[in-house]
Amino acid sequence: MINYEEILNSSVVDIKPSGIRKFFDIAEQMENVISLGVGEPDFKTPWHIRQAGIDALEKSKTRYTSNRGLIELRREISSYYKRKLNLDYSPESEVLVTVGGSEAIDLAIRALINEGDEVIIPEPSFVCYVPIVKMAGGVPVIINTKAENEFRLTAEELKGAITEKTKMLILPFPNNPTGAIMEREDLEKIAEILKGTNIIILSDEIYSELTYGNSHTSIAQIGEMQERTVLISGFSKAYSMTGWRLGYILCPAPLCKQMTKIHQFCIMSSPTVSQYAAIEALKNGDDDIASMRAEYDVRRTYVVNEFRKMGLSVFEPKGAFYVFPCIKSSGMTSDEFCERLLKEKKVATVPGNAFGECGEGFIRVSYCNSLGNLKIALSKIKEFLKENKNG
Amino acid sequence: MEAKFEKLLKILEEDARYSSSDIASMLGESEEKVAELIKEAEKEKIICGYKAIVDWDKVNDIHVTALIELKVIPQKNLGFEEIAENIMQMDEVESVYLMSGGYDLCVTVKGRSFKEVALFVAKRLAVMDNIESTATHFVLRRYKEVGVKLIESDKDDRGTYSF
Repeated sequence: MINYEEILNSSVVDIKPSGIRKFFDIAEQMENVISLGVGEPDFKTPWHIRQAGIDALEKSKTRYTSNRGLIELRREISSYYKRKLNLDYSPESEVLVTVGGSEAIDLAIRALINEGDEVIIPEPSFVCYVPIVKMAGGVPVIINTKAENEFRLTAEELKGAITEKTKMLILPFPNNPTGAIMEREDLEKIAEILKGTNIIILSDEIYSELTYGNSHTSIAQIGEMQERTVLISGFSKAYSMTGWRLGYILCPAPLCKQMTKIHQFCIMSSPTVSQYAAIEALKNGDDDIASMRAEYDVRRTYVVNEFRKMGLSVFEPKGAFYVFPCIKSSGMTSDEFCERLLKEKKVATVPGNAFGECGEGFIRVSYCNSLGNLKIALSKIKEFLKENKNG
Repeated sequence: MEAKFEKLLKILEEDARYSSSDIASMLGESEEKVAELIKEAEKEKIICGYKAIVDWDKVNDIHVTALIELKVIPQKNLGFEEIAENIMQMDEVESVYLMSGGYDLCVTVKGRSFKEVALFVAKRLAVMDNIESTATHFVLRRYKEVGVKLIESDKDDRGTYSF
């Protein structure tokens, strides 16, 4: 008998499954659950984008593409960044089309991290950064962002985390799970510290189209930062294209070249049909984004105000599609709160500590659901809080 | 305020039965302000009414709807206005639209049987002055009504995979 534990790669075996999984497993066994748990838009992919995918299939455009992605798509991505953020990226050498933002994160970390390199990761944040850094032999250095700072990364926090071994800073804003954003002034302070160092920023901007109020600012727009920034984004959140699995990396050519090497050996090329659909999305999808954003904004305002009416403290998230209320006043841990809410009221949320220890005492509520469902879910949470009032 | 007003209308169009407290939360406004905006919209006839969407087929078999295409000879100075106004006075008529394309007025009519509707068209509509021709199409099944699906509920088809 083979003892698989002995033969498996130990850094893989050591990775704990995401804390979210446990709740999803319970939810899957139940019927009629209203899910405020998933990080996936509820909108359908806009019809004209689906049609472009169908057209590609009909015309049998089902071959591999260039390793970096279709040149037409890379040109569209490049001109989108020129148009939206006034950033220049060469479609030939500084754009790489990936299988979702997730592959992009993996490529960026693998291409840059040597054994023992430190990677600064602000938390709460998306669950994949720590495991990918560890698998690459890197050492995650966690910064616990704070509710009183609206979960933004401050310059002082960053300064305190930098050592001689720091190779990379992950900048996950707009943030999953908190909905926090970094405004230009915040980014300028971060840039001030990074100037003159060799620290590379992995800026995960997958939610950049979903900001409410001011439009998104990328750290790559701040002076001297573009040369040290690996900008990652994709189509999943902005265009509601999760299942198409398409993202991209924008970064300096020498970095892009190495990432492309990994990509070509591991993936070959990103899904071709999806790439054709993505061209249509970038060409004609601005109105779709605007109307989805407007809808999210109404839901966001509703959910925040309703939580406040229930007496929970919640800061106003300015990005993504999550609200991150503090549930400490219930006397329950995040795990306990979410598990009981799910079992007793059939409302699925995710405990904040699934996104880092400092998320304890919070829950992530995704408002990717209809106003009608949000209304029902919120009234159930209200009941739940009433039934479990302390003392 | 203009943007909020439009947001309010969209919310009510989605579901007119949201409480003013809910709408206030959605807009980030006070309940009083919401009530005031709704009152204003009603007064200006921007909001023209509130009705339930009833699937009568689930209740009984005596509900027949027909869509009638009318070709009309327009009148000097009045165009289609006078005839449209005359038609909309009839209780059987549910909607009247002026159309572009192959015909002029689209009229939907409700009745208790095919015969009743057919006779209404023959005796009341077709004989009106300036009506050139009519074509009656009966509705056999309603799948979707003012944006609401009548035959199935929207199921959340998202799996629990995303973090």
